[in-house]
Amino acid sequence: MMLALEMYRSPAKYLAAKAVRGRIPGMLTGPAAPLRLVTINEPKAERDGWARIRPILSGICGSDLGMVTGSTKLYFSAVVSLPFVPGHEIVGELLDDCEDLPRGTRVVMDSVLTCAARGVEPCDGCSSGNTNRCDRITVGHVAPGLQTGFCQDTGGGWGNLLVAHRSQLYAVPDGMSDERAVLVEPLAGAVHAALRANVQPGQSVLVSGAGAVGLFATLALRELTQAGRITVVAKHAKQRELARAFGASDVVAPDEVFRGVRRSTGAFRLKPEFGAPEFLLGGVDVAVDAVGSKDSIDTVLRVTKAGGRVVLSGMPAGGADLSPVWFRELEVTGTYASARQEPNGLPAFETALELAGRAPLDGIVGARYPLYRWREALDHAHSAGRLGTVKVAFDVRAS
Amino acid sequence: MSRPGFVLEVDDRTPPLLVHNGEGFLLERFPQGTRVVYPPEALPAVRDVDEAIQNALLNPIDSEPLPELLRAGMRLTIAFDDISLPLPPMKKPDIRQRVIEAVLELAAQAGVDDVELISANALHRRLTPNELREIVGERVFRSFFPDGKLYNFDAEDTANLTHLGLTRHGEDVEISKRAAESDLLVYVNVNLVAMDGGHKSTSIGLASYKSLKHHHNSHTMIHSRSFMDHKASKMHHSAWRMGEVLTQHVKVFQIETTLNNDIFGGPLEFLQKREWEWSIKDQASMLGTKRALAAAPAKLRHKIFTDVRSNYGLTGINAGAIEPVHEKTIEAVHRQHLVEVQGQSDVAIMGVPFVGPYNVNSVMNPILAACMGLGYYFNSYRGNPVVRKDGAVILYHPVDYEFSQLHHPSYVDFFEEVLAESTDPATIEAKFEKQYAEDPWYIHLYRTSYAYHGVHPFYMWYWISHALDHCGDIVWVGGNRRTVERMGFRSASTLQDALEMVSHSVGRSPSITYLHNPPHLLADVR
Ligand SMILES: [Zn+2]
Ligand SMILES: [Zn+2]
Repeated sequence: MMLALEMYRSPAKYLAAKAVRGRIPGMLTGPAAPLRLVTINEPKAERDGWARIRPILSGICGSDLGMVTGSTKLYFSAVVSLPFVPGHEIVGELLDDCEDLPRGTRVVMDSVLTCAARGVEPCDGCSSGNTNRCDRITVGHVAPGLQTGFCQDTGGGWGNLLVAHRSQLYAVPDGMSDERAVLVEPLAGAVHAALRANVQPGQSVLVSGAGAVGLFATLALRELTQAGRITVVAKHAKQRELARAFGASDVVAPDEVFRGVRRSTGAFRLKPEFGAPEFLLGGVDVAVDAVGSKDSIDTVLRVTKAGGRVVLSGMPAGGADLSPVWFRELEVTGTYASARQEPNGLPAFETALELAGRAPLDGIVGARYPLYRWREALDHAHSAGRLGTVKVAFDVRAS
Repeated sequence: MSRPGFVLEVDDRTPPLLVHNGEGFLLERFPQGTRVVYPPEALPAVRDVDEAIQNALLNPIDSEPLPELLRAGMRLTIAFDDISLPLPPMKKPDIRQRVIEAVLELAAQAGVDDVELISANALHRRLTPNELREIVGERVFRSFFPDGKLYNFDAEDTANLTHLGLTRHGEDVEISKRAAESDLLVYVNVNLVAMDGGHKSTSIGLASYKSLKHHHNSHTMIHSRSFMDHKASKMHHSAWRMGEVLTQHVKVFQIETTLNNDIFGGPLEFLQKREWEWSIKDQASMLGTKRALAAAPAKLRHKIFTDVRSNYGLTGINAGAIEPVHEKTIEAVHRQHLVEVQGQSDVAIMGVPFVGPYNVNSVMNPILAACMGLGYYFNSYRGNPVVRKDGAVILYHPVDYEFSQLHHPSYVDFFEEVLAESTDPATIEAKFEKQYAEDPWYIHLYRTSYAYHGVHPFYMWYWISHALDHCGDIVWVGGNRRTVERMGFRSASTLQDALEMVSHSVGRSPSITYLHNPPHLLADVR
């Protein structure tokens, strides 16, 4: 038996959560939370290539918060299996030998549950190395679930034990701290986003949002591309400071985006009549939305130059006006998780591990909570930007 | 009979004195011993304006009479000062209208039919059709505007600029093509302060950025002491050199007019009287106005002030060759504005009023407020600044965070982006000026909307650089803390606090001079 946080099915609670969305403290302390701390059976690692992992640190991701607060799209309900233990940003220790990795190895995990993990013939996505595009995430010998952390059979990082497949695991180099290692999963996502953004040398980039996703995307863009000016939209003082440290050329407040981008790119700024939102003629070559809100997506679509590229890196909340996509012939592209084979020929995790080793990431994990303090932990993560924190993590061994 | 300027020393019988404070004014009790410099009262005005105009045109200085310069088949261009003059705007008919009508009449008699009229706005915003009409009058407007023969100068219309050559200092002289290719260029000027007129009219008013940047830069402007003294102003030296080149290529017939200090009439007449001479009626209208302004919503208050039109009497009109004409002009301006002030003081105090040259029919944003106080008023001296080196300047203005997106779009960006980085004129010139000057969006708005050129806020900032360099302390009384600090100044809630704040540099009993303007004055500091 083990202690874990469990997300369980409750349509009524899902709706209640939606109703109070945005007011997370009220929701977490009330009875509406679809999350509970329970003692449950440990997941089993009986098949070849599977091993047990004891998490050390386990991060709280925006998608986890979305799930708890009910703002996540119902789109997802077909690709998860309730009840499940959330947590897909982990650094942990192998409790079993796992093929070439001996027990005791510290590992990080690519959470996508691909054909390889499910023991089925590789789909087109998997065989081409685009493992994040796997089409078989609901079949095979593992319960449905797009990722570890959304799957009933594997357990997740917010519990004392989970199981993972060798194809998901990467050994952490000696000397890299747990605090850095726990960032490798989100960094891999940022590596993927930066490479998918296909930024050409000297091109201007806007990153909307300076939470973990936006900050890491900024870092990856600066490190892996020859982007020219990178402008980051940041609300809070600490975010501004970090955005600059991670390679932003300019930082603008949300209400300064149009002014800032217009100035830095020499674009024209137009204000339609009847209160319709303004937009630019000209603008950045590439924009990355790292928020997912309607406002943020509306903004990036309106400040990208004709023929430019918009990368949706945060889960879109919907409701955005797509007329600029049509009128400006924008290329809109999504980025989800990360791939085994990125455009640079490497697994995103390898690049991310390398980045995690040298980037200025000290202090990025700004708070650690034991599992039984989950209400405070989620509340803190929800207000992280305002509180000057980038990443909140569960200290699973202290639980 | 008018009285000359006057310096009063505040003693225990001196009533509180009026201080302009944006769209409002207040009554301030100054410390005993404060020197108050009052502008001279309005000089008597010319009785028969039309006769004076005829006389100037027919008996010009160092030039043939105008009728002899006019002939059928010639190209005639009339350029005139834009809306930045006079301040506040003039009651109808504008003196420019009367002069232009007289010139056009002579041109018609001579059979000239190729005539164009250009507002010499350089990098200022375009005037709206209504604003053009206010200056040239209904008849001229209707005859020329619909055919495109009355228009704003466009410093970015490269196809319609002509490069006339370089000065002996290598400065480009590039002006309106139409003006450059005219057989005769008549310039109609309104001279309110000593900075205007002379070669500044044509070689600045009709010039492009390429030409203007030779003197509108931080180095030249910091060394122009002061702008009100064209012989001591580096900017003017450059303009004069350009004028030499220009007049080698183009025949210019310069017409300069000077105005008296009759600015506030009607219910606001008390504003130009000396407080201890206020009649019961003046005191009543002062109190009434003050109360009405305090009760009025911001919009109405704004309207009350932008609607002010001044009487102004003509004190002189001279025509002919630019330089001798301008000498006469300066004499007349000095007669109206000069006040003799003995010695510099530790502190200078100035109230910044509601209107400056660049916010006519618009909003005085923080940068323009700074420019009005530290550009215009600080530089309103001949000889030496009123305040000693490293002394303190105390200004009154609310300095609200308020910008006109229509007229001053680049100012907002300048305030948010440039001043956040540095307030040092040379630094921001090196880092940002070119970028702003060549920004296609600002150029677009300058050419097609009613926006000042993108580079204009830089010029405003360079203009205050002499004050920044000269003064030890600059404090705003009642100014918005955030905007004042962004510009690198300090704010105080009362004059007492301001004096306290500057006491470390000027001591606890500094000598203080209060410049009681407007109306305009030029402190002749001996
Ligand atoms: Zn995640
Ligand atoms: Zn697959």
